[in-house]
Amino acid sequence: MTSPSSKNSRYISSLFVVRKKRGDHLFYGLVIGAAAYTLLMVGLVGFSVTRGSVDIFLAEGIEFVFQSNWNAVEGREAFGAFPYIIGTLLSSAIAMVIGVPISLGIAIFISEIAPPRIGTPLSFITELLAAVPSIIYGLWALFVFRFWVRDLIEKPLYDAFGGYIPFFAKTPFGLDIFTAGIVLAIMIIPIISSICREVMRVVPDSQREAAYSLGATRWETIRMAVFPYVKSGIVGAAMLGLGRAVGETILVTMVIGNVIGPSAIPTSFFSQGQTLASLVANEFNEASSDLHLSALIALGLILLVLTMGINVVARLLVKKKIKASSGAKSQ
Amino acid sequence: MEESMETKEAVPEGDSETRKTSIEKSAEKIKVRIENVNGWYGSKRAIKDVNLDIKEKSVTAFIGPSGCGKTTLLRCLNRMHEMTPGAHADGRVVLDGIDIYDKSIDPVVIRRRIGMVFQKPNPFPTMSIFDNVAAGLRLNGMRNKTIIREIVEESLKNAALWEEVKNQLEQPGMSLSGGQQQRLCIARALAMQPEVLLMDEPTSSLDPIGSSKIEELVRILKDSVTIIIVTHNMQQAARVSDFTAFMYLGDLIEYGLTNQIFMKPEKELTERYISGKFG
Ligand SMILES: Nc1ncnc2c1ncn2[C@@H]1O[C@H](COP(=O)(O)OP(=O)(O)OP(=O)(O)O)[C@@H](O)[C@H]1O
Ligand SMILES: [Mg+2]
Repeated sequence: MTSPSSKNSRYISSLFVVRKKRGDHLFYGLVIGAAAYTLLMVGLVGFSVTRGSVDIFLAEGIEFVFQSNWNAVEGREAFGAFPYIIGTLLSSAIAMVIGVPISLGIAIFISEIAPPRIGTPLSFITELLAAVPSIIYGLWALFVFRFWVRDLIEKPLYDAFGGYIPFFAKTPFGLDIFTAGIVLAIMIIPIISSICREVMRVVPDSQREAAYSLGATRWETIRMAVFPYVKSGIVGAAMLGLGRAVGETILVTMVIGNVIGPSAIPTSFFSQGQTLASLVANEFNEASSDLHLSALIALGLILLVLTMGINVVARLLVKKKIKASSGAKSQ
Repeated sequence: MEESMETKEAVPEGDSETRKTSIEKSAEKIKVRIENVNGWYGSKRAIKDVNLDIKEKSVTAFIGPSGCGKTTLLRCLNRMHEMTPGAHADGRVVLDGIDIYDKSIDPVVIRRRIGMVFQKPNPFPTMSIFDNVAAGLRLNGMRNKTIIREIVEESLKNAALWEEVKNQLEQPGMSLSGGQQQRLCIARALAMQPEVLLMDEPTSSLDPIGSSKIEELVRILKDSVTIIIVTHNMQQAARVSDFTAFMYLGDLIEYGLTNQIFMKPEKELTERYISGKFG
């Protein structure tokens, strides 16, 4: 009786050990592979873009980043990325300034204030909006929204401040950096607010109850128990939105005005402009020479560096801020 | 089946009336009067027509098997139940003669007077020990640093935590052990100088030493605060409380001096619960 059962059990246990190990290895390998994939992609993209930009940097030097002429005519070629860097930064900054507070408001309303019977459908709709392709926003902006922007926002601003604040001093036209920024904001609001809401949902109710039990109002509870918990998540969400705004191509191309050369340096919010991504999209098909092509790829490289730079800076800022706020009183 | 039969027979009206008067005689002032309170989760009635008088500066224990409504009743006393979606309560909860369910009463004000300590310690994770205790004060607009410092120290001392943390007040509250965190939460509640302190199984996540520290604390605090404590631990109820309320399936079965409840309970159900026959 004893010998077969012990034999069996030994057999089973040895099988078990082998199986478990094999499964482990497989899983381990898959995970490492997946992680390696991200590194590989960064490497590959970085390498290709850098190699593609070598020609233009050999021709123009680092000046490529700081000059404004853009001329693809053979024999008189001159390329500079500066106006488009500014255009990108400005349109994205407008999008963030408008988009982040609104996104936060939506997220707070859904997760902290609205009863489930309102919050649930609302968050469903936000998620739906987040999935709308940007070309749809672009078309709507081109045919409908830009006129609203021009007549309802830009004109009043221009009439009120155009005389003495240079930011608003330019007859509004509707197809400009300001419009692009607003439409970008509309595009990123669903994304940022969905993530913020998700992050806020993770805050345990015990935290909110701790605040309520001290006699906190709803707003005080949000400030005391929810925000500190989700601060870095919110910054992450904003960064994701910023990434989308900085790189957004088709939508921007449709509404930003698509100017080239020194006049693409915005002098006002209402200037026509151009972003790195939109210029690449506009000219890539008809690149007339290798140098032109290389210049366009270099715009891509700058965009890549810009996005990464923004991310790194934002992360450092968050870290510093958290450290500062937790260590402020320790001296 | 058998038990629910007993529940019914266990609440004859006259009986609880006599018991009530005997309690009224036994102590001075009634701090909280619970009148016909029902607590609902949606359409589910979790506590049924509870009537109970809480004496000022005494310790009252809520005991009863899991799910009988102790937490629900406790949360009805500082309107914390309103924070649970779908929950509501009716009846009257009278604090010093004021019905706190009255429409004109702001729950925020009530919660400043009735502190609460939860089953699981819940310090604010991003705040230091000091800031955790000061949180309620700052919330209420206290800006005077000296006074804040004094109250924080006093509260930590009252919560028997001062000696352990006085040199690390700027460390995060989460760096403490579970028992210390619970005492931190007690200190946080005490800093508000509440008149009533509601404690929901405050020792359930603590080891015996941590528990006995908190029991000790409860005994000392009752000189200045009215305390209601929910506990699953019969010995604990017997040790710390002056009055005990036994609940079963949402009903308040029996309420009286702790000695009486534990020595010679009137209801058979109470007797069976206390002697560990169910629950
Ligand atoms: N959020 C809720 N939603 C719906 N029903 C609930 C909720 N919380 C509690 N209940 C129900 O109300 C009843 C009383 O629950 P309560 O938490 O008050 O019991 P308790 O006596 O505190 O139990 P325990 O000793 O296990 O903590 C239970 O039947 C429970 O299922
Ligand atoms: Mg409970």
